[in-house]
Amino acid sequence: MKPKNEFVLEVSELMKRYPGVQAVDGITFNVRQGEIFGMLGPNGAGKTTTIECVEGLRHPDEGKIQVLGLDPHKKGHQLKERIGIQCQSAALPNRIKVWETMDLFASFYQKSIDWRHLLAKMGLEDKRDAFVSKLSGGQKQRVFIALALINDPEIVFLDELTTGLDPQGRRAMWDLIREIQSQGKTIFLTTHFMEEAERLCDRVAIVDHGKMIALDTPKNLVESLGEESRVLFDAGSDFHLTLLNSLPGVSRVERIGEGVVVYGKKEGLISKVANALEAAGVTSNNIRSEQPNLEDVFLKLTGNEIRN
Amino acid sequence: MRTFVKMAVIQTKLYLREPINVFFTLLMGPLLLVLMGIIFGNAPQPALNGLSQMDVSVTAYVALIIGITGLTSVPIAVTSRREMGVLRRFSATPLKPLTYFLADIVAPVLVTLLGALILILLGFLIYHVRFEGQWLSVIAGICLSIFSFFSLGYAIAGIVPNTAIATVLGNVVIIPMNILSGALIPLEVLPQAVREISRFIPMTYMVTLLRGLWFGDSWGNHLLEVAVLVGLLILGMIVVGLTFKWE
Repeated sequence: MKPKNEFVLEVSELMKRYPGVQAVDGITFNVRQGEIFGMLGPNGAGKTTTIECVEGLRHPDEGKIQVLGLDPHKKGHQLKERIGIQCQSAALPNRIKVWETMDLFASFYQKSIDWRHLLAKMGLEDKRDAFVSKLSGGQKQRVFIALALINDPEIVFLDELTTGLDPQGRRAMWDLIREIQSQGKTIFLTTHFMEEAERLCDRVAIVDHGKMIALDTPKNLVESLGEESRVLFDAGSDFHLTLLNSLPGVSRVERIGEGVVVYGKKEGLISKVANALEAAGVTSNNIRSEQPNLEDVFLKLTGNEIRN
Repeated sequence: MRTFVKMAVIQTKLYLREPINVFFTLLMGPLLLVLMGIIFGNAPQPALNGLSQMDVSVTAYVALIIGITGLTSVPIAVTSRREMGVLRRFSATPLKPLTYFLADIVAPVLVTLLGALILILLGFLIYHVRFEGQWLSVIAGICLSIFSFFSLGYAIAGIVPNTAIATVLGNVVIIPMNILSGALIPLEVLPQAVREISRFIPMTYMVTLLRGLWFGDSWGNHLLEVAVLVGLLILGMIVVGLTFKWE
């Protein structure tokens, strides 16, 4: 289902301060019905605080929030019937079984879907009688997603869902999230994985130090970098970077270990670099071109690497 | 109501899946009864006004398991769930805090009542203990004691910062203190010094009330004990009200 142009979530000028730190500093955004909306940023950027304010788990200091037309603080009880939440830092009791968890959470809602079907869809049928604490990381996350879906919610909130999963587990989770979207649900997720935001989200808000620094589709964000591209190759330590600095269209040359990275105008960059190397008689290995991604967007906007 | 029942059933199951809870609430009382029966025998003792030690031990051990469950198992369960973020997950659903809270109390109350029942049955079966009171009165006394000590337990959970401290407090401070109250061995056969100390231990009042009701005293004979237990109940509830948090 394609996202519609109808907002299910509106946040304006959100502010939240903890002792000694302004966790959220005036964030404004809207989420459309049916889209996968991602909030991308390094740890401590204010993503979790923002999502928890929106869910009604935290009180913002200032700002206006409307979720499905409701104020999460005044109408929290009513709202929780209609949204599904997976928290980053929440756990289930020790020694509770998978089916007991599902059955218990189903009883919290006026309307709930059959948890047996839900377990089957999550591939957890044979884990029904297992203790949640004995499941693998990926299986546990699937239980948490199942819990977030048990009331057939209109919006699903996923906070750092794939943190701690291996790459296969992460990919499986992306398929699952797309499947949830295809049922017409809106998804609001936070992540610090650039690739996750780029591959999964319809729109991405990039946040850093409590401020939103960009909001667009991943494609538009990458295109906003302009024509810049980069070429990488391996070279010995005796190679002089100055050889490439003077090439037309090259903006920057960097050495990272055995490798050299050349930044510059996309047009013909790789052939220019290859020709220059050949002309200088340098034997270079493994020369290749790389497309810019969200990580470069983040780097350009903040001057910092997103990984930390 | 459906939510409350499900929640209470799950909480009871979870409570019974924790071996330490099963030990303190269900096994310890019967074990003590049998052990002390072997050590002290079941003969009438002049110091106990002609009652045998087993006659007075049944209610004393009911008091002991109420005290230990309320002041150690309950706070440890509450703080560990708080630490793990369990309450936080529940707060993300429409579950009302009051429903959660009531269901959370029901579990140890039910198991403690079961523990008391086992003790009383064993007392009758093995030692043919004397009973001269009224059942309704004894049950009411047990319930008042449970609510009083469990409310203190929740208060402790609200005050201590973490499970480690709740555990130390329970095992190092509260259990030895409870034993000094005459719950383990009747105060009549303990030295004068212990009897003096016991007056400052809340558990003493529960032991006295339950023994009195068991042997047919009226509630009017035990106004001091009732006042202490009700006072603790209210104190506990005030502290809970001031300190309760979902996280």
